Amino acid sequence: MKLKNEMSLTFESRSSNEGFARSAVASFISQLDPTIGEITDIKTAVSEAVTNCIVHAYKESVGQIYINVKVYEGAVVVIKIKDKGCGIHDVKQAMEPLFTTGGEERAGLGFAVMQSFTDKVKVISKEGKGTTVTLEKRLMSRIKDV
Amino acid sequence: MDVKIITDHGEMTAKLYGEIDHHRAREMREMIDSAAERNKPSILYLDFGGVTFMDSSGIGLIMGRYRTMNLLGGEVRVLNIPKSMERMVELSGLSALNLFAKGSEKNEVKK
Ligand SMILES: Nc1ncnc2c1ncn2[C@@H]1O[C@H](COP(=O)(O)OP(=O)(O)O)[C@@H](O)[C@H]1O
Ligand SMILES: [Mg+2]
Repeated sequence: MKLKNEMSLTFESRSSNEGFARSAVASFISQLDPTIGEITDIKTAVSEAVTNCIVHAYKESVGQIYINVKVYEGAVVVIKIKDKGCGIHDVKQAMEPLFTTGGEERAGLGFAVMQSFTDKVKVISKEGKGTTVTLEKRLMSRIKDV
Repeated sequence: MDVKIITDHGEMTAKLYGEIDHHRAREMREMIDSAAERNKPSILYLDFGGVTFMDSSGIGLIMGRYRTMNLLGGEVRVLNIPKSMERMVELSGLSALNLFAKGSEKNEVKK
């Protein structure tokens, strides 16, 4: 796959940055002229991954969140969301719908949403080191022109 | 204002506006719960008609208010979920709880 464009972004794990993070990714992707539905899907999936860094990875502390977005030929978008937080003990279990370690207000649906709203989700995590979530989505509406 | 609370004949409506994520949901939750504890409504309507975006924090907000109202001895109804967020609701399995109001109930509350 030929790389067409790329951007990276680093910001602190403050909940007030959740809106900024998903909007920044959406606005980068908007060059590909996606449908509103595709933009919403990407914003939703990014919001889930970034929230997980804030709520789970860094919990009470504040750390850095790294986002990298690559656009490949064929309108394939690959988004990496990385933290250097606590890591995930059992990734398979964490990805099960409704599983949460986050208490009452968490729905345990973050990974299920990422999976449903993108084409591919990859999670690499190491306890005590951090987690990288990779989201991949092909923008169907633009396949013809790229 | 992200939440507008309306009380009427022992029922309470919380109209939600803007984007619901983990950050915004916290303030919304605090406003709704403190009003519910004060008013002890028989039914709490959560009106999503003004919501422009939500991630799974919106589902957490509904589930949490379902628990709050259970403790207070009342019920929760969810109104006007935007089309673009229906997939999220389906994914959550919340539809099984019958919280989502149908036609006539909707109109009653909207007026
Ligand atoms: N970046 C992360 N760092 C550490 N733990 C994580 C991370 N992302 C997810 N998790 C773990 O996976 C669980 C499931 O995540 P998710 O499906 O988003 O549900 P929720 O956020 O509602 O708990 C979390 O409760 C947490 O234990
Ligand atoms: Mg989550």
